[in-house]
Amino acid sequence: MSSWTAKLREAGVSALPPEKLLPDSQPAYMTSAIYLFGALTIGALVTIIASGSILALKGPTWWHVQSIGHFFNSIHLWSVELFFFFMVVHLWGKFWMAAWRGGRARVWMTGAVTFLVAVPCAFTGYISQQNFDSQWIATQGKDGMNSLGVGSFFNVLNFGQMYSYHILLLPLVVVGLVSLHVLLVRRHGIVPPLPFSDAATAAPKP
Amino acid sequence: MRRRRLTNGELDEAAKHYDGPYRPYDIVKEVCVATGVVMLVAVILTILFSSPDLPPSTIASWSRTMPIDFVTTAVTELDGTSETATYGPPYNHESGSVQHIWFINLQKWLGVSHPINAPYDFVIQPLRMIPDQPTLQREVSAYRRASAKTQNAWTAAYTNALAKASARTDGPVAVPPGNYGPVAPMMSALLALAQSGGLDGDLLTSAQFYQTDFTKPLMFLEDGNALNDRATYQHLQGEQWGMMNETGSYPGQVWLWLYTFWYQVSPVSTSANVDALVMAIMGVLSVGFILVPFLPGIRSIPRRIPLYRVIWRDWYAGAGRTSPPPDPPPVGKPAPLREPAAAR
Repeated sequence: MSSWTAKLREAGVSALPPEKLLPDSQPAYMTSAIYLFGALTIGALVTIIASGSILALKGPTWWHVQSIGHFFNSIHLWSVELFFFFMVVHLWGKFWMAAWRGGRARVWMTGAVTFLVAVPCAFTGYISQQNFDSQWIATQGKDGMNSLGVGSFFNVLNFGQMYSYHILLLPLVVVGLVSLHVLLVRRHGIVPPLPFSDAATAAPKP
Repeated sequence: MRRRRLTNGELDEAAKHYDGPYRPYDIVKEVCVATGVVMLVAVILTILFSSPDLPPSTIASWSRTMPIDFVTTAVTELDGTSETATYGPPYNHESGSVQHIWFINLQKWLGVSHPINAPYDFVIQPLRMIPDQPTLQREVSAYRRASAKTQNAWTAAYTNALAKASARTDGPVAVPPGNYGPVAPMMSALLALAQSGGLDGDLLTSAQFYQTDFTKPLMFLEDGNALNDRATYQHLQGEQWGMMNETGSYPGQVWLWLYTFWYQVSPVSTSANVDALVMAIMGVLSVGFILVPFLPGIRSIPRRIPLYRVIWRDWYAGAGRTSPPPDPPPVGKPAPLREPAAAR
């Protein structure tokens, strides 16, 4: 009788053998620049985490009083803007490719949920800035939260709570979802083009 | 023989397998190069544009620069007519800002979790904490002993007098003589406390030494015009699509454009339940976004607007050079799920 460890290893290797997990070749149809936006999104996420980790190590007030802190805060801000830009282009690209075909619905769904979780992740970051912007966003955002009762346990006016969500809880969820998304992509492979017959039917008559 | 389009099921089945050609591709290198490029772009944007950091408003700065507005707000806290005092859950049991959709009143059902007693927390308690002012403490006691009718008469008279008040920056507020009871000296003391910076600290005080909860000072600030005026100047108001804006000319949370869009559209924008409606609409749209692969009509849009032919144009062009498009299947017969010859 195999151990839990052995069963887990066998299931993992069966679902994602090394050549699938880290392939050194891709289908010949993968030529469009749209394919780069998934990797760019991951690159932006790495930049966010790296700059955010430096900001977290120095504490939430550091970037207000040290120019080097402001520099890293700026990198954090711009990498977040890039992250959302790349992710949205990636999502639109996958939509027009109908990339959920061939049993890839979970790939789409994990990507969509990642976007939806990234929104409050960024939102709590804006609230954690400790400046006028965060004051305004918090006082305005509370009404939306309160209107659904969420404000009773998610208080956007509580800096400590929002900071915890921003630097730990929500990033963990985003990174977990992105990891799951990438593993699902590796398991199913990138979606093939729509069959030529469908493309031919849709094409205008010569 | 008529052409027919493949069904979604047939398309789904066709996309499960690919046995065409492959080409070498270094996926790890792709991610590493992408990360490097993003870091470089972020650094360049940082050098070029930095990031905004407007100092926060404080009760001290508000009371110094807008003393009449501060006192006007403080009186509404004292007489229980401010937005905070009438808000409702999660701050108190009033109903001024309670929203619901049909019979679903989650805001009320989840109750008061962050209690704020505006008259006591924002006015009485801070005044009680001022040491060595026995006269002031007698005034506060007199106000608290008075009947509600008398209290309202004092605060109403004082509120009317504030319309004719004068003040200079960082100074006291002068109102015409009148019967304000203890309200006038109480407001003068509260203003002096606020201008000294003491009220900022008092509103954070709780049983704990360390503080991170700014609910009370932010609610008090929001009741006045200090935040509001700055937000208007920084184009952050709701009607300015402020949810997706940032201070200065920086890009903000642009991804919230659809949230803020609903705040511009009537009847949502004019509803007393505007926030609940927007959150509900976005909740439904978010579920739809996740379930796109299963939504009839939506999942077929990429086939009806074939932008995929642009994305895979090289693939289709290559296939067209080596093999003509296959004949479409006749109606009533299974579709031949063929890939172009070049793919094999």
